[in-house]
Amino acid sequence: MCDTCGCNITPGNKHLVEAGGKLAHSQDGKAAVEVLHGLLGENDRQAAHNREHLEKHGVLAINLMSSPGAGKTALLEATIAAMKDELRIAVIEGDLETENDAERIRAQGVPAIQITTGSACHLDAHMVHDALHHLDLSKIDLLFIENVGNLVCPASFDLGQHRNVVLLSVTEGDDKPAKYPVMFRAADLLLLTKSDLLAVLDDFEPARAEQHLRQLATAAPVLQLSARKGAGMDAWFGWLRAETAARRDAARKLRPAAKVSGVLRI
Amino acid sequence: MHELSVCQALLAQVEQVARENAAHSVEKVVLRIGPLSGVEPRLLQDAFPIARAGTVAAGAELVIEELPLTVRCQNCGTETAAAPNRLICGACGDWHTQLISGDELLLASVELTKA
Repeated sequence: MCDTCGCNITPGNKHLVEAGGKLAHSQDGKAAVEVLHGLLGENDRQAAHNREHLEKHGVLAINLMSSPGAGKTALLEATIAAMKDELRIAVIEGDLETENDAERIRAQGVPAIQITTGSACHLDAHMVHDALHHLDLSKIDLLFIENVGNLVCPASFDLGQHRNVVLLSVTEGDDKPAKYPVMFRAADLLLLTKSDLLAVLDDFEPARAEQHLRQLATAAPVLQLSARKGAGMDAWFGWLRAETAARRDAARKLRPAAKVSGVLRI
Repeated sequence: MHELSVCQALLAQVEQVARENAAHSVEKVVLRIGPLSGVEPRLLQDAFPIARAGTVAAGAELVIEELPLTVRCQNCGTETAAAPNRLICGACGDWHTQLISGDELLLASVELTKA
């Protein structure tokens, strides 16, 4: 629902909450001010700015989220190795400490910006904005934002991305979507990673993981893959190709307009 | 876990409302939160006294109105109550539903005393 424009004020209660209305002022000098703003309005504004910036350059931004150790960085390494000749890729890495992941990505020959959050458990739109200033967006088709490994907090913060990709490794429980509904509900694509291990794990049932996901009323596709063994990667590459092409087409349509109109939400 | 940063964002908004209304103190802050907002009301209550210290809302009470989780079925059209990890239609069981209420994270109102 809309939480920014005040549409919760209905014709029925408008006279009460408007200035001078019954609920707007009480008799003892106290005033009740109706606000109806999203609590994360400042982050959402920055995220909208990031998205606009990315779209001007036709960049597709993907927010990669999972628990720690589900294989986000390994997936990126394999993806870059396979696709860097057809797509110009860059990565923003979020971790509490160390440059390790950015170094792994740079070893693949693409730019990587490391954000170290200290003790913060998620990336926010301001951190991503700072990182964007260190990248030349005119030379990027596909930007991955590898969020802090965490299935709780990152789901609440819009970064300005176009798509959320959530990883669930088969060494975790197949009921994770039921346990962390806010995160899995936000997924535009669910990747079941480390699928080569399914042969030795008898308690992870991919169909059950998908059932739990559907209980969250989402139509997000589910793909199984193993970045290490290369299994199932073609479907993931195909999804990335389709999404980047769609983003490029949208940017082309945007360009003929005299100027990009500001669509920042206030 | 991120309730303190949410609380700080809240206080920034409350301070702005207080400034706009030339208030010298804030008495009450009312939030509306849905179960799918990703924010835990109880943790927000714990974080609030830390975040409000030294602000115009230093003595303010935090009231959290918890909103219900409701979905509308795209198949049978019924509106039913749902649980965070079970957002399917309560009437026909179809998962093609639309969230009507439950992901809100709203600053509803601020009660303040004018200078």
